[in-house]
Amino acid sequence: MLDINITLVRGDFTLTAKLHSTALVTGLFGPSGVGKSSLLQGIAGLVKPRQGYMAIAGDTLYCSAKGINLPPHRRRIGFVFQDALLFPHLTVRNNLLYGYRQLSARERRLSLEAVVAILEIGSLLDKSPQHLSGGEKQRVGLGRALLSSPRLLLLDEPLASLDERLKQQILPFLLRIRDELQMPMLYVSHALPEIRYLTEHIVGIRSGFIDSTMPFSSYAEPSDNHANN
Amino acid sequence: MALRPCNRDTANMLDLSEQEIAALLLSLKIAAWSSVLSCPPAIVIGWMLARFQFAGKALLDGLIHLPLVLPPIVPGYLLLLLLGNNGLMGRWLNQHFGISVAFSWRGAVLASMVMAFPLMVRAVRLSVAAIDPRLENAARTLGANPLLVFFSITLPLAAPGILAGVVLGFSRSLGEFGATITFVGNIEGETRTLPLAIYTATQMPGGDDQAARLVVLSMLLALAALAGSELLSRKLHPKTAN
Repeated sequence: MLDINITLVRGDFTLTAKLHSTALVTGLFGPSGVGKSSLLQGIAGLVKPRQGYMAIAGDTLYCSAKGINLPPHRRRIGFVFQDALLFPHLTVRNNLLYGYRQLSARERRLSLEAVVAILEIGSLLDKSPQHLSGGEKQRVGLGRALLSSPRLLLLDEPLASLDERLKQQILPFLLRIRDELQMPMLYVSHALPEIRYLTEHIVGIRSGFIDSTMPFSSYAEPSDNHANN
Repeated sequence: MALRPCNRDTANMLDLSEQEIAALLLSLKIAAWSSVLSCPPAIVIGWMLARFQFAGKALLDGLIHLPLVLPPIVPGYLLLLLLGNNGLMGRWLNQHFGISVAFSWRGAVLASMVMAFPLMVRAVRLSVAAIDPRLENAARTLGANPLLVFFSITLPLAAPGILAGVVLGFSRSLGEFGATITFVGNIEGETRTLPLAIYTATQMPGGDDQAARLVVLSMLLALAALAGSELLSRKLHPKTAN
């Protein structure tokens, strides 16, 4: 599913990432500020790697040797941000349909009705994003990404800005997306229980270094003490 | 000039003469053309200055802002040297296309544009810079190409600031004096805008009445422009204008 081997440089920070996964949901675990977000931005095409290659489901997104670098809008990779980033000038409905409208009828794999039903956001459709709670915003952000019919969904700490009660409300929705929609996901978090809830395929990240071929325990044990909240 | 035919049919409280009405209409025409023509390039350049790093950026920024800090007579004189009938480009334009902007209202539009442009660019630049670029990134991951991102995200979010810039530019054009009188002169019915008409009245013995009426008219016009922009920005962003 995921086949990534890249070097990313941002300022004086270098990230080397080797990530190979065939799982539907892959968890990427590590403390804040070690390059998890940079990796996701690289996969989405928002940041260009220094070198390497990236492919999903056998389709090359980036290859420095062949000079391939697909722009973000042609990658078909959904992105769920920590703070939702809903478009403030559009209603919830138009936020949800933003990506959907870029697709031809043939490319659309989900309907607005289906996504609204799964995420239970029917009552929010005509509201403005400013009037949503944090949990509601996050569900709409999730729905907006799903409706762009992505081949892969990147989730960048989607629950980090929510309190414990709201986290418990959102997690079941993520399970439904996994099980009912069979949506491939790369889930990034500094909270191990969240990741464990969704998948057993967990890759650890140390400062500037990701390698999915190394057993997760070799990352987790030394860093467990300061990463278990 | 001091003789005023009393045209009761135009029901104006200020009892304006035909020349004064002509000056008012000319001012509005020139300011409107100046705003409309300046707006697209001001949006593009303001957006470029806010979002990109490129060679010569500081130079471009400086050149655009120059009219803001120069005495207005300087850009006016430079326009005359460049586009006057004997100017470097003016002669060529006149010979090959029969186009002449010197001493015509079209030249006044040009002078207004040069003077109002920095204000509009600044407004666009500030309002684009205030937009979270991550919103644009979010749109890209949703399949929007760069052009669509600009028109569906950047432009609508910057609209209130752009509108403020247009109103500012429009008002600046209404008030343009130095560059206009230097470049296109003070020709009644062609380039004598409101400020130039006020100036002419103050230079005339017994012109104080006329000057006073035109001053009041200018103030009303400025207030109307401000009220109009306030109304428009509330319509554009009803939720953020509280």
